[in-house]
Order: sequence, then C-alpha cells, then structure tokens
Amino acid sequence: MASEPKAAPLAHHFDSYLQQKESASLGMWLFLGQEIMFFGGLFLAYTVYRWRYASAFAAASNDLDLRLGLLNTVVLIGSSLTIALAVRSAHLGKRKDLVGFLLATLALGGVFLGVKSIEYAQKFAHHLVPGPHFRFEGADPTQAQMFFTLYFFMTGLHALHMIVGMAILVWMLRPAAQGRWTPDNHNFVEGFGLYWHFVDIIWIFLFPLLYLIGRHHGA
Amino acid sequence: MFPNSPVFPPQASTLSHKVDALFFFMLGGAIFFSLLIVAVLVFFLVKYRRRHPDESGRVLTGHATLLEITWTGIPFVLLMVCFFWGAHVFFGASRPPADAAQYYVYGKQWMWKVEHPDGKREINAFHVPVGVPIKLTMTSEDVIHDFAVPAFRLKMDVLPGRYTTAWFKATAVGQYHIFCDQYCGVEHSKMVGTIYVMEPQDYRAWVAGQGAFGPAGGTVASGAELFVSKACTTCHRPDSSARAPILQGVFGSKVALLGGQTVTADENYIRESILNPQAKIVQGYQPIMPTFKDQLSEEEVIQLIKYIKDLKPEGAAAGSATAAPEAPAVPGSKS
Amino acid sequence: MSETVTASEAPRENYLNRDHSVASWLLTRDHKRIAILYLIGISIFFALGGLMAVLIRAELATPQGDLFPADVYNRLFTMHGILMIFFFLIPSIPAVLGNFLIPLMVGAKDLAFPRINLLSWYLYMVGASFTFVSMLWGGIDTGWTFYTPLSTTFATGQVLLTAVGIFIAGFSSILTGLNFIVTIHRMRAPGLTWFRLPLFVWAHYATSIIQVLGTPVIAITILLVGAERLFHIGVFDPKYGGDPVLFQHLFWFYSHPAVYIMILPAMGVISELVTCFSRKKIFGYHFIALSSLAIAVLGFLVWGHHLFISGQSVVAGTIFSFLSMFVAVPSAVKVFNWTATLYKGSVSLETPMLYALGFIGVFLIGGLTGVMLATLGIDIHVHDTYFIVAHFHYVMVGSAIMGYLGGMHFWWPKITGRLYPAFISKVAAVVVFIGFNVTFLPQFILGYLGMPRRYHTYAPEFQTWNVMSSAGATVLGIGYLLPVLYLLWSLKYGEKAPANPWHATGLEWQTASPPPLENFEVTPVVTEDPYSYPDGTLRPKEVPVGV
Repeated sequence: MASEPKAAPLAHHFDSYLQQKESASLGMWLFLGQEIMFFGGLFLAYTVYRWRYASAFAAASNDLDLRLGLLNTVVLIGSSLTIALAVRSAHLGKRKDLVGFLLATLALGGVFLGVKSIEYAQKFAHHLVPGPHFRFEGADPTQAQMFFTLYFFMTGLHALHMIVGMAILVWMLRPAAQGRWTPDNHNFVEGFGLYWHFVDIIWIFLFPLLYLIGRHHGA
Repeated sequence: MFPNSPVFPPQASTLSHKVDALFFFMLGGAIFFSLLIVAVLVFFLVKYRRRHPDESGRVLTGHATLLEITWTGIPFVLLMVCFFWGAHVFFGASRPPADAAQYYVYGKQWMWKVEHPDGKREINAFHVPVGVPIKLTMTSEDVIHDFAVPAFRLKMDVLPGRYTTAWFKATAVGQYHIFCDQYCGVEHSKMVGTIYVMEPQDYRAWVAGQGAFGPAGGTVASGAELFVSKACTTCHRPDSSARAPILQGVFGSKVALLGGQTVTADENYIRESILNPQAKIVQGYQPIMPTFKDQLSEEEVIQLIKYIKDLKPEGAAAGSATAAPEAPAVPGSKS
Repeated sequence: MSETVTASEAPRENYLNRDHSVASWLLTRDHKRIAILYLIGISIFFALGGLMAVLIRAELATPQGDLFPADVYNRLFTMHGILMIFFFLIPSIPAVLGNFLIPLMVGAKDLAFPRINLLSWYLYMVGASFTFVSMLWGGIDTGWTFYTPLSTTFATGQVLLTAVGIFIAGFSSILTGLNFIVTIHRMRAPGLTWFRLPLFVWAHYATSIIQVLGTPVIAITILLVGAERLFHIGVFDPKYGGDPVLFQHLFWFYSHPAVYIMILPAMGVISELVTCFSRKKIFGYHFIALSSLAIAVLGFLVWGHHLFISGQSVVAGTIFSFLSMFVAVPSAVKVFNWTATLYKGSVSLETPMLYALGFIGVFLIGGLTGVMLATLGIDIHVHDTYFIVAHFHYVMVGSAIMGYLGGMHFWWPKITGRLYPAFISKVAAVVVFIGFNVTFLPQFILGYLGMPRRYHTYAPEFQTWNVMSSAGATVLGIGYLLPVLYLLWSLKYGEKAPANPWHATGLEWQTASPPPLENFEVTPVVTEDPYSYPDGTLRPKEVPVGV
C-alpha cells in the first residue's frame, strides 16, 4: 500500500466500501469500549478512596490550580470542535481544510500538554508528587498522598492518550495533503475523530472529579 | 495424634456439623444428577449407535419449549435451596455470640501469634477450652494470611491494616491443625500451628501454669500505660477541658460523625481513629488529632483497644476519677 | 508441510503451499496462517507449563520438601499458573481454532482486520517473551493471582517483568475479541442470519465480549501493581493508605469472566461435535446460543464469590453467592441440550466425539463443584484448599482442554489436509480422560480434608491422595503427549483428507481441505438453518469442491 500514496483502495477481503466503513466504525466503538473499561478501573479506585477519605480528598483537591484546569478544559473542548470540522472536511473532500483543522487540533493538543506540564512542575516544586519527598501540610498526609497518586495516574494516563493521539495526527498530515482520504473512504479520519472525542470526554470527567471536589467546602 | 479418617476431616466445632450437612446434601444431589445424565447419555449412545455408514439422525419436528423450561426451572429451584441454606450457615458463622470470649490473632510471615484474654501469648499453638464460644479478632503485620482450622470448618482471611473476625465453639477435645490458607510468601506451607482443645478445668490449670506461655503483655493495664505514655490523656479526658471525645463507654455505642452519618464504635473504627484520625471526625470536635501510624505496633494498638473497651461510663477506669456522669450513647469516641 | 508431488497431479494451490518463505509466514495477514502461528506459540507454552506441573506433582509425592526449596516450588506453581492461563488457555481455542474457523464459518475471506490480527499474534509473542525472560531471570513468587501487598512490597521475584508481559498479552486478547465481534457482525455471507450461525461462532461472540470488556480492567490493575512496586506509591498497600481487597475486586472482575473466556469456546466446540457425530440437528439451538450470551453477561456479576472470606462484607458475599447461582443455569441448559441431541441420532464414536463425551463428564463434575464453592456455607471450609484446585482444573484443564483437543481432532483434516490414525487417537482420548480423573479427583478429597493450596510441604496424613494424584499426572502427561506425536506424524504420512471427512454441515466443510487462500472459490450463499441433516439417510451429496 505504501506504493500508492493516492486514494486508499478497498481492502481485498471486503465486498464494498460500505462494509469496510461499517466494520471500521464498529471496530472503533469496541476499542473505545475497552478504553472505558481501562479508565474504569482507575475511576473505581478513585470512587472508593474519595468516599473513604472524603475530607482529605477535598483538602488535597484545593492544591490543584483551578484556573489552569479550567483553561485546559476550554482548550480540549475547542480541539473537539476542530477535529469534528476535520472529519467534515474529509467527508466533503476538502483537502486543504482537512489539513488545516488537523493542524489546529494538533496545536490545541500541544497547548493542553504544555499547561499540563506547568501544573506537573508546580506539583513537583510544592512536594506534592507522591513518594518519599511528599509533603502535605494538612491533617492527614497519607490520605492526601492517595489523592495525588490517583491524580497523577489518571491525568498521566490521559496525557499519554493525548500524546498517542498527537503522534497519529502528525502522521495523518501527509496522507491528508496527498488526498488519500476521499468522501467514499475516510474511515481512518472518522475513527480518529471518535478517539479524540473520547480523550476529551475522559477529561470532562476528570476535571470536576479532581479539581472541583474541594470547592463546595470553601476550604 | 490427629484423629483423622483418610477421607473425612474430624468434626470438632458446632459449625462443622452444619457445613457437613449442607455438603452431603449437595454432594448427594450432584452425584444423583451426574449419574442420571451419564445413564441417559450411555443409553442414547447404545440405542442410537450408527448402523450404516450413510445413516443420519431423525429429524424431530415441533418445539420442545416445555422441556427447555423444565430443565431450566428445576436446576434453578435447587440452586436457590443451596443458596439459602448456604447463606444461613454463613450468617451463623459470621455472627459471634454475645458472650464469646475475646482472643486476638496476629499473622506475620510466617507464624501465628495468639493472645489470650488475660494478655498471655503463644506462637503456632492455641489452647482453648471445649464448649466455650471464642471470638477471634485478627490482623496481619505484613501480607494477607488466612486463619483456617479444617476440623472446625473455620476460615477467615487475616489482612494488614484492619481487623477481621471469626468465631468457633469447639465440641471435641483433641489437637487439630491451624493452616495459613492464603499464599503469603516463601514459607507459606510452614505457617501452620496446632489448636489444643481442652476440658475447661484443664484449660484453667494450663492458664494458671506459666510454662507454656510467653511473657504477659497485652493487658488492659499495659493499654492504660500506653494511653498515658502516648499522651492520649491530654485531650481524651472526661472533664470540661476535653478537646477530644470522651472515651468512657464509647465502645459498642453509636457515634455521630461530622456530616451526619453515624458509625458503631467497633474495633476497626477505633483502630482507624488511632492510625487515621482524620478519616471520621466526631461531630462537635476539631480534626486536631495527629496520626499514631508508625508509632504503635499492631499489638500496642490492640492493647489500647482493650483499654478503651474496658473504660466504663461511670468513671471506674484509669484517670477518670472526676468524670461526670454521662449518657452511654454520648457522641464521641475520638479525635 | 511437504507435499508429495507426482507428475500426474500437481497439488492444488492452498493457503499452506502457495508460498514457503519465512517472510510469507511472519508477515502473513491470512487468518489461517496466523492461526498456525498461534498454534505453535501456545504449544510451546503448554509444554513449558505442563513440565512445571510435572515438577510440582513430583515434589508433592512426599510431604517433605525434598525436591526443591520452598522458594523454587513457589516460583514453579506461579509460573505454571501464569503460562497456562495467560499464554495457553485464554488464547487456545479462540486464537487457534477461532481464528482459523470464524471467517470460514461465516463465509468471509478473512477477519475484518487482518493486520490487527497479525499484530495480536506479535503482541502475544512479545508478552510471552517478557514472561519467559522473567522466568529465566529467576521467576516470580506471587502466585498467578498477584495478591497485594505480597506482590507489591514483599515478593522478591521478577514481578515487574512478568506484569509487563501479561499487560502486553492482554491487548493481544482484546484485539482478537474485537476482530471477532466485527467479523461476526459485518462479514457474514449472504443469507447467513444470526440464528443460522454455527454455535461455535455464537460461543466466540460471547467470549469476545468478555475479552474486550474484561481484559482492560486487569490491564490497568496490573499497571497499578507495577507502579506500586516500582515507585512505592500506590492504591493497594495499607502502608500507603490503600486497600488490598480493592485489588482482589479489580483482579477478579476480569479473572472470573476469564474462566468463561476459557470454557465458552470449548462449549462451542462441543456443540459442533455433538451434532456432527449424531448427524442430527442440535437440540435447542436457540437455548444453547443464548445461554452463551447469558454466561458472558452474568459472568461479569459474580466476581465477588472469590472474596467470601477475604474481609468483604457479609451482605456483599450474600449477593455474590446469589448471583453466582444464576450463572450455573445456562451451563446446565447446555449439558441437557447436548444430551438430548443424541436422542434419535446416528451416533458414532469417532475421536472428536470421545473428547466431547469426556468433556460432558468432567464438566459435570467441574460445574457441580463450582456450585458448591458458590454456596457460602461450603466455601468457608474449602476456599483456598485443594478443593478449589481440583474444581478449576476440572473446568479449565479437564473441560477446556478436552474441548481444545476435540476441536483439534475435528478440524485437523481441514487445517492440514491430512487424516490422523483413528485407533491410536481414540486410545489417547481414553488415556487423557482416565489420567485426568485420577489426577484431580483425589484433590477434592484432599481439599475437604483441609489441605491448603500452594503448599510446598504438607501434613503426612495427606500423602496417600497426593501420591495417587501424582501417579495420575503421569498418565495424563502421556495422554497429552500422544496427540502431539501422531498429529505431527500425520503431517507427512497421514492420508490426504477430503473436503468433508465427517459429513459435517457448516460452510468450512464446503471448501477444500486445506482451504484456498481466500477460503472460498465463490462467496457461499446460505439457504438453510444450521445442522440441517436429512431424515434417516445422508443425501448422496454433491461432491464438495476440490476432492
């Protein structure tokens, strides 16, 4: 397939473009189903410990930077819009628009990761990274450390998904520019769109769970 | 030494008869239905064996919905019988009688330590009187272990960081195995002991003799000493300057927590309050208590619990001579 | 796979002989060749795991630990469990027979995602290599269950390396399941409606659901274990404020359904065998098909029955016991329907049928003892004893491997184009059945007597039954060795197989043995219900293609 950079052909074992498209789409949804279960284990652990260590979690949550979290939420929602527009461009066969929206998505993803690394650096500077150097002024450092353990696991796994997504975005730029994806056959772009939306949705859950739980205590 | 039949373990507790009765019921059912199915299979195999190379089976017409419903329904009903019977046995095994004598069990790689009510200890051996209900409160100092006495049909995991309980009433004098049933590392299979069931008078005589015991330690008095030496009395004091809940009579009472829930002050709760004081805050108090994690051994925590259990509301216990009378259900056990 | 070529008949081109280069195998996207690659992989790990089983049984012939030190023994049973479960049983029937047969059975040219299928095999091999290296590097001493905090803090073996291996192999399993589901949904031949699918396909559909939805949970759990061990931070060790029972919940949320990953495909095989060797439409097709789905769904709700005595609340234990009873019903329904299929059939005891009957026998025992374990009042006595060991070997070794061997003997002519010797294969089936029961029946007695599992040394009064079990293991080992020998022999010397040696129904038998590259010369069209045998006498059937 590498020898023909132009429009993607119908794979040999499919009878029609429709069958190929439906297979790709079902496959992607199943993949996202397993992703949900993958994150689900962490969400379960979070739920158990938040219920058990409610006040420590609320206190620890106040050490997260709400403004940066909010900024990242807006950035990711914006990137969901640009990737949706990219899929639409592929569907309409607008090659230049497709490349443009892919680039925009890539940029927004970069902003998100940049902000995230600033946050991580702050946590590191404030000794809030779990481990031997963890320091927490509140009443129960062990329980606060559990919060930060889960914070780093959940946001770290999310960031890893962002990085994988951005790597795929970079790879997509060339075939997009060459017109590999036609209105008939752009399953890859659609599948990637679903993936990117999924990564956004995970963040939409992470943000309130991690950043907002302490707020209503006013602590 | 162990009165064992080669196919069946000795029955030496009140629970063992109940478990065995259920087991024989299910074993009988299993054998009956297995033989029935095998008999039908063999009958079909013979009767409908292929007689010509190009023979095929007969085409059956009609639906067998009624048959399908029958052989779905009957197993289901039988399974429900097993479930309810099993749950009944399990509930009995989980709830110790109120008058059970309190023993403590510590598991550690790779030995069992047992603490008698008077604080004396023994290792990999456990002497108990026959006919007396005995409650075990158990914890582990490292990994998960499992305290199992097959002759009693008794088994419970022993976890680090919390207490689990089990109870038994031995019915036959003799010596029986204690096994660790949860894989716990290199010498897992050496984490075994012997339980000695004795006539009550023999047990009393044995308790009176010092020979078999290790040093006494885990008593109420040693708990009282800890309570003072760890400065618990600074805040937990039954007078008007108390900054922490009054502990007299708290054990077994309902405690109202910040946020409106209530919790029963059992051993797990008191343990948590000592080691993770912020986990549950008693209503009306500030979360000021520091953690005693890493400052107390598991055995010292048990000593403190024993002491707190012993604190009576009427001001009979250590350092509470001036205690004002208070209601037993007063909210507050802790920081 | 050498073919004897005579001048008069050039061999027809098939998936095996069209290209012999190594690259054509290692880069293949043909589901049939990938199935063969899996067959080689799982056979190696079955042999390794089996060797460990032999060593374990040898050690247990005496109460003292006279063959190995305790630490070595612990590493042996841990690696035995990990290899057999993650690298043999879970991929066995799905990745070999399922991979080979599902596209054929649905009348497709390949699985929906051939490249992902190849990726699955590579992930499996990479994961297996990590585990293999960890074994060479000293092994792992946690038990295959990885219970915390033993695994995260106290164990001294190669926990991380093995965890990485299992993590990677997990994604192989997920992708295989994903591929199957999409193929079954989207690639069926014209006329092949859902209720015309072979029951083998239904069973794999149910299995795939578990693979896709269950495996990621063990993946994240094992990741957390690895991180806790590596960075000394985590969510399971009480030292860090964690709860070791949470690990058990997460672990069994996958690992209980994983039992159904092992047994459901075997049930699918048995359904095919029973109907073929009775030459009669299977009894209760819809009930068997839907019972597979019921087992997959209910299987996700019963994990807590592994935690009755783990410190889980009494209420939770009661609920899980109650739900576990439900999952027994669809299994029973299958057994009844298989039995009823023989009624007015034309039954012949070919080798695969012997395995099918053996399956029913051992599955009865495995299933009924499973009900006992789900009963709270019995589990408090036999939990974590040899009773459990016997039970899960009856289900996962007895039943699942009987199904696997039955399936291998049934489809071997289709896969390789060769027939194997009938008599010796029947002898082997009987030897496996006897050896298996002599090995594992005594373990039920040991368990009720109270002998704990994973014991390197044991009380002397348990010895008699242990000796019997070890003796049985010898017989069982011979029983497993025989098929390896005569099946390999048949590759070169076996008689050439016709397209449909058993007069079976099903699309896979309507193409040549071995099948051509894209499975069918012409896309088949399905016009009948499955297993439509004629009444009384076989049709003088239209000669299948390529014979």
